Amino acid sequence: MEDLNVVIAGAAGQGVQTIGDILAQTAAAQGYAVFSWKEYESRIRGGHNRYSIRISETPRNAPLMEADVLLALNEGAIQKYGPLLKKGGTLLAEKKGKDRRMIPIPFTEIAEETVGKRIYANTVALGALVAVLGIAQESLNTVLTKIFAHKGEDIVKSNHLAAEKGFLKAVQDCEGMCPWELPKRPGKYFLMTVNEAIPLASVYSGCRFIAAYPMSPSTGVITYLATHQEEFGVFAEQAEDEIAAVNMAIGASYAGVRAMTATSGGGFALMVEGVSLAGMTETPLVIVLAQRPGPATGLPTRTSQGDLLFAVNAGHGEFPKMVLAPSDPLDAFMKTVRAFNLADKYQMPVILMTDQFLSDSHFSIEEFDLGRIGPVFHTADPSHIKDYKRYQLTEDGISPRLYPGCSNHLVGVDSDEHDERGHITEDLAGMAVAMAEKRLIKMNRLKGEISMPEEISIDESDIIFVGWGSSRQAILEAIRFLNRDGVNAGMIHFTEVWPLPEYAFPSGKNYWTVENNSTGQLARLLRFEYRLDFRGTLSRYDGLPLTGDYIRRQLNAQNGSL
Amino acid sequence: MPKMEAYENEVEIQWCPGCPNFGILQAFKMALTQLHKASHEVCFVSGIGQAAKLPHYLKCNFFNGLHGRAIPVALGIHVVNPEITTIVVTGDGDCYGEGGNHFLHALRRNPDITVVVHNNEIYALTKGQASPTTPTGEKGTLQTGGVEITPLNMPAIAILHGCTFVARGFAGDVEHLKKILVRAVKHRGLSYVDVVQPCITWGTHPLSWYKEKIIKLGGDYNPSDRRAALEKVLERGNTIPIGVLFEGLSDHIFAGAFREKISKDPLTEIKPPEKAKMNRIISGFAFGGE
Repeated sequence: MEDLNVVIAGAAGQGVQTIGDILAQTAAAQGYAVFSWKEYESRIRGGHNRYSIRISETPRNAPLMEADVLLALNEGAIQKYGPLLKKGGTLLAEKKGKDRRMIPIPFTEIAEETVGKRIYANTVALGALVAVLGIAQESLNTVLTKIFAHKGEDIVKSNHLAAEKGFLKAVQDCEGMCPWELPKRPGKYFLMTVNEAIPLASVYSGCRFIAAYPMSPSTGVITYLATHQEEFGVFAEQAEDEIAAVNMAIGASYAGVRAMTATSGGGFALMVEGVSLAGMTETPLVIVLAQRPGPATGLPTRTSQGDLLFAVNAGHGEFPKMVLAPSDPLDAFMKTVRAFNLADKYQMPVILMTDQFLSDSHFSIEEFDLGRIGPVFHTADPSHIKDYKRYQLTEDGISPRLYPGCSNHLVGVDSDEHDERGHITEDLAGMAVAMAEKRLIKMNRLKGEISMPEEISIDESDIIFVGWGSSRQAILEAIRFLNRDGVNAGMIHFTEVWPLPEYAFPSGKNYWTVENNSTGQLARLLRFEYRLDFRGTLSRYDGLPLTGDYIRRQLNAQNGSL
Repeated sequence: MPKMEAYENEVEIQWCPGCPNFGILQAFKMALTQLHKASHEVCFVSGIGQAAKLPHYLKCNFFNGLHGRAIPVALGIHVVNPEITTIVVTGDGDCYGEGGNHFLHALRRNPDITVVVHNNEIYALTKGQASPTTPTGEKGTLQTGGVEITPLNMPAIAILHGCTFVARGFAGDVEHLKKILVRAVKHRGLSYVDVVQPCITWGTHPLSWYKEKIIKLGGDYNPSDRRAALEKVLERGNTIPIGVLFEGLSDHIFAGAFREKISKDPLTEIKPPEKAKMNRIISGFAFGGE
């Protein structure tokens, strides 16, 4: 079994998510590497939603569009996603259609007959799907028990019954149409989304406060922390707006704890004055910016990398700031810890950029080793300080940071240009310049902290894909596909995008920027910072994630036309 | 007991000479002295405007943030460390205009902080534009034909939305204002004090005009009667009543449930989880390997 892609599609409210989650867990429990991503409309009921599950023996954490198996929960899903079905693929749907290689399972009818409730139609469909994929029914039952145990024995039994009926019906009809077998194997993987990895890492980093306003696709971050409030001891507040959210977090940070907020483009636009405030007051702050396509409300539930230059330039005035763009949940975990540590060290805002694709996709992770990563605190020891000045001018631009209540020292901070004690100043030549230079020294020192981009197959390749953040796995897959075609290609990939490191791009290569936006924002940034020339832009801006196949096709099309 | 001089600092005051803001500053120093608060136990939070400069002119912790955003910053401080006396000093433009939404939601949250609004019914620092409390008909530098829209009655809104301490003070009566501030800081829950602070540069009326209209609420006024308090602030008479308009009991305090269930200590006292605990949590995400 090399690589199997299952697509579940239907209207919002039909249970696409539940079926997808349970199937993903069942396949993972069988010992397979699972990657899943979701595409959904901004509505509670109706429309077309898709949940794609890629199952393989080693992690393949990139989306595929073509489906081996399509479970369509309504007629619309067949029409929209039917064309994605591969030759030799199988369609599972309620009613028999014409000219189709399909297995008709009357999910609803079976549910009503066996359990007496339509609501079990999903479980019937799950049972059928598991049969088609060649997974033992007991494996599904184990997961169902785990998930529904808290609802009582009767509910568990009804689910088992519904699953069994769907399973048996599918086995009957599978003849010659279901070549797949997914027997138990010894693989073990961590299945996690970025919207889980970031809150977990925040907890590990010692974050105690999050305030946010709900906005897709960032909402999962505060939801996770609020749901586990008692276990993690993180105070989570739903703010009245994003402006309140960022200012609350800044207040909490000033008062001595690690604090964060999370939002998406439009909400981040409202927070931008707060980013500048954190820069000026030198208050550590972590902001998760989960991108979705804009402008304005854009496509609220789809994915994009359209806010790179916005984030890099966010905040009026000049101040140190860091922008990180993790590529997967493990990377997001490590970068979140790094974000908190560096925000603390340099007393500045750090923006963690994700997107809907990263937020909602489950990645399979082989090793989740915390290694030497952990929180490193930088607040000063008040017992060593006699006369405290919050903005004391120092050689490295970093002043000892105390917080109110940690000692008898007074902590004064100001959004105005200020003197060393935080009081308003109009002393231009003396204090204003000294404070501007203090922030400048920090900016320059920060550059030395930035990691170099990741290089893959650079020496042997003429074609080099340049990307950032969430596109990493898709680019790696494009390279694999091209290798199969007999073409060498390499990758230079950034996950720390601001400030940019002192890095020398190898000369004499054909650089192609690969981005989930229409204007090639990374390329614009790199042209400016490194005077780098690009051969072309491979961009996707339809709200869907980049895939290996998409990148390969774009490259071939553009190479052909040049 | 701290002496009032303990709050003095040497920062040059930028207010206009003779500004009633000096009276409010004095009342704060007197109130903190009476409350036995040491400088480090108090944190002033402000936004932008002439009122928002007050934290610079006395010795305490302070966070002088963005225009309109003092309340959310104060909420963050209050959640992290309720042992700190957190006082927001703000103006009518800062609190009712730019930050109006935060004020409304502060009424719902009921944090145990004090919000003092220097209400001069004008944008003074930006030179004479109308504020959310400028009376209809009065001229501003932008409202050359007079203000056409209705002024906000924030004390009425506060009483209506369950604020448990609503008072009005007068910057021209420092002793009376001090008493209000002492009660406000002691009160458990959000304490809101609107201070009549005539602007001597941009205001339409001289200080004496206000002094004639000011009436102190007397012993016959019952501040625990919410309905009467609402009627009082809705009165459209020729007088300005000052004193504690309403004081009631708070049935919840912002972040109270968190403190009850998770930590009564300041959040700064909670340590991050050990690596072993984190590994246990992460192992909950593992599948397979059976």
